[in-house]
Amino acid sequence: MNPNPVASPQPVTRPRRLALPDAWGVGVVATALLLSLPVLVVFSFIFYPAGDVWRHLAETVLADYVVNSLLLMVGVAIGTLTMGISTAWLTSMCEFPGRRFFEWALLLPMAVPAYIIAYTYTGMLGFEGPIQDALREAFGWGYGDYWFPEIRSLGGAIAMLSLVLYPYVYLLARAGFLEQSVCVLEVSRTLGLGPWASFFRVALPLARPAIITGLSLALMETLADYGTVQYFGVSTFTTGIFRTWFGLGDSAAAAQLSALLMGFVFLLIVLERWSRRRARFHHTSNRYLQLPRHRLSGTRLALALLACLLPLLLGFVVPAGQLAVWAWQTAGTMVDADFIALTWNSLMLASLAALIAVGLALLMGYGKRLRPTPLMVASVRVAAMGYAVPGTVIAVGVMLPFAWTDNAIDAWMRAQFGISTGLILSGTLVALLFAYTVRFLAVSIQTVEAGLGKIRPTMDDAARSLGMPPRQVLRKIHMPIMRGTLLTAILLVFVDVLKELPATLILRPFNFNTLAVRTFELASDERLADASTAALAIVVAGIVPVIILSRSISRSRPGHEHAA
Amino acid sequence: MRSRFLMLAGLLALGLFGAAAQAAEEVNLYSARKEELIKPLLERFTKETGIEVNLVTGKADALLQRLQSEGRNTPADLLLTTDAGRLHRAREAGVLQPITSTVLENAIPASYRDPDGYWYGLSLRARPIMYVKGKVDPAELSTYEALADPKWKGRICIRSSSNIYNQSLVASMIASNGVKTTESWARDFVANFAQPPRGGDRDQISAAAAGRCDIAIANTYYLAMMLNGSDATQREAAEKVGVFWPNQADRGTHVNVSGAGVTAASRNKANAIKLLEFMSKAESQRWYAETNHEYPVLEGVAWSDTLEDWGQFMADAVNMGRLGELNAEALMLMDRAGWK
Repeated sequence: MNPNPVASPQPVTRPRRLALPDAWGVGVVATALLLSLPVLVVFSFIFYPAGDVWRHLAETVLADYVVNSLLLMVGVAIGTLTMGISTAWLTSMCEFPGRRFFEWALLLPMAVPAYIIAYTYTGMLGFEGPIQDALREAFGWGYGDYWFPEIRSLGGAIAMLSLVLYPYVYLLARAGFLEQSVCVLEVSRTLGLGPWASFFRVALPLARPAIITGLSLALMETLADYGTVQYFGVSTFTTGIFRTWFGLGDSAAAAQLSALLMGFVFLLIVLERWSRRRARFHHTSNRYLQLPRHRLSGTRLALALLACLLPLLLGFVVPAGQLAVWAWQTAGTMVDADFIALTWNSLMLASLAALIAVGLALLMGYGKRLRPTPLMVASVRVAAMGYAVPGTVIAVGVMLPFAWTDNAIDAWMRAQFGISTGLILSGTLVALLFAYTVRFLAVSIQTVEAGLGKIRPTMDDAARSLGMPPRQVLRKIHMPIMRGTLLTAILLVFVDVLKELPATLILRPFNFNTLAVRTFELASDERLADASTAALAIVVAGIVPVIILSRSISRSRPGHEHAA
Repeated sequence: MRSRFLMLAGLLALGLFGAAAQAAEEVNLYSARKEELIKPLLERFTKETGIEVNLVTGKADALLQRLQSEGRNTPADLLLTTDAGRLHRAREAGVLQPITSTVLENAIPASYRDPDGYWYGLSLRARPIMYVKGKVDPAELSTYEALADPKWKGRICIRSSSNIYNQSLVASMIASNGVKTTESWARDFVANFAQPPRGGDRDQISAAAAGRCDIAIANTYYLAMMLNGSDATQREAAEKVGVFWPNQADRGTHVNVSGAGVTAASRNKANAIKLLEFMSKAESQRWYAETNHEYPVLEGVAWSDTLEDWGQFMADAVNMGRLGELNAEALMLMDRAGWK
């Protein structure tokens, strides 16, 4: 019984004699189709010829896009895995002063949008920033007399993204470690494996599905990032898509680039699934005891503290501190009645989108559990592709079919009744919420599926044999069991929507702004100090759910003391 | 479950009414100019005329895409951008309509508006050469073309070719010198960069002031904002650089306009024209010049002190629409020249 996210490869299924209502199947496939619409619209551009532009791209910049995107992914993978797994292991398996604090504090960088951390570090560490300036003053150096890491570079982008994305790995790895039955670990120890060996040979392989889920979320987010790479002048697929679409005015070639990017992601997913082929990950046992934590002291303790402190300091304390300093200087001019409205808009959108995304994820996850046909599995996969696509591309993919439908209805009404209905859904919050759902469904689906996968199919069988229809099984049995999982999914989407910028910018209605929009408008005008208040509000609004999230995970383990 | 559906239904209804509500006296604006740099003007307009202005801000390309997909049912009456290239693209896409207005034609010089009245420029920004005082003697400077000279090796800062202002600058050079000449210029020019392009215009100026390079190319209003801003470090940096007006002996310094056009599907055309005319009035033009340090398009409007300090200059008279036509050409050329 424990509600927290661990990727489940495949729910165990047995041939069922019960005929299942087809409504579930139809529902899942229809929802998946609707949610894949934006991606499919973008894909449909593939059939437009774009020969000249492709030749131009191939001759000039394409190699750059591919190489940089790959390097960025490899770098972020290494960064997030190192930080995420080490901190997860330390906080779940070791005992040291401050452990409980780190348990939740390590999630905080999640609340900081990548583009904001990029802005703040540039302000501090750039050539013109205070640190290098002080160095030059102190030693009388000029440009070229000394070496200092260049923040606005590929390496800098990797560092920035790793710092805000490692919490995905941490969150899921930690859940994966807490999951493991203490028996397995004890057995490994009695068989003579030391703590390191039992970590590498037992704990890590068992937590692998969870870790991979976290990593794939982090990498999808990396591929879709535009703000950071654009600001750092790193040419990746994402920046290439924008240049091609808007600079060259060639939407077909841009869509083809997007398709290539998605192919990339798809390949990753397939590879991972294939590598896990037949492995089954179920509860290793039902015995949960208070975990015997390794007590740390001396050098080990110092190292453990350092390993936990660094990501927290660099990913949260430093950028948030810098924002706070700037906000202190400018808040007087930046906080007004408008600001309250912005905050309200952001919170409302994020809450609604989170509820919708998790509701749909439940529908799809459970539908797939009922009938795990290849069609169902494929539907769920395709619906979750939106996470790796840049927000702007999704937004355009939402805009086109919405406007087309609205205009078609309008034309028909004019022809039939002489009434013009105008735009019904385009340019409304409905379109915006739809875009968020498409973009962030992956987050909720992955989490919900993991939670469902951990509930034994025998439970369903028992309930069904007592005459419960599937809908009730979901409502009365699964949802209560998965409370923690659902909460996690809701909060993840909530934080993501709070930070979302590109789709919001394009699709929002008249006179409607959010905190992210305000931050971007000021920051893109190169007024970082003025942008800090709104940026800080995003971070603060994101912190609260992060803390709740952490508490729910700590509680999720039977036998784990209730504290966060 | 049920309450969630209710909420959705409520939202749908909101959306319906939100889109369908078309009050009598209003005008809807899609603006690539940031809210801060337009709203005070719009509020003044509403005060004077009683016409409500509804605003969506965003990136010009995205707004144009939205306008195109919404088609004849778009609620937008006016599209406002911060460069001429996009206005030209909007005209090409068929989402603007030509309008005639003696007020606008008298206020705005011909090279800053569309010859057929599809769009009108409302403010000017120049992209001159900025040099570090004491390191560069202005007598060494002459034209954009001359910056390809090897003597500037490792001494030039300029932002990425993804930026529209650089695309327009290169387009203006193609218009004047042709593709071949401009491409070989671009190769040599890129070879002189002090660092790979990154950051924005202010970053280039700060980098020059900090000793990273001796020359930065940036828009005038960024430098003016730094000089007049509240940030002491930026002010100090900006005070270290001087402005040089290139190409005064031939076509003139590259300028760009921010401007607006009335949409083809506009339902509040009269109000949209009123708003355009309001923005071309002396009072509004002065606001642009004072608040954002842009050059007014209207003759005889006082400049801000900072602009006065930099003095008069001759601007490149190429019609802005031409820059839009050459934009894709310019970007491909920069790709080939290795301008990141």
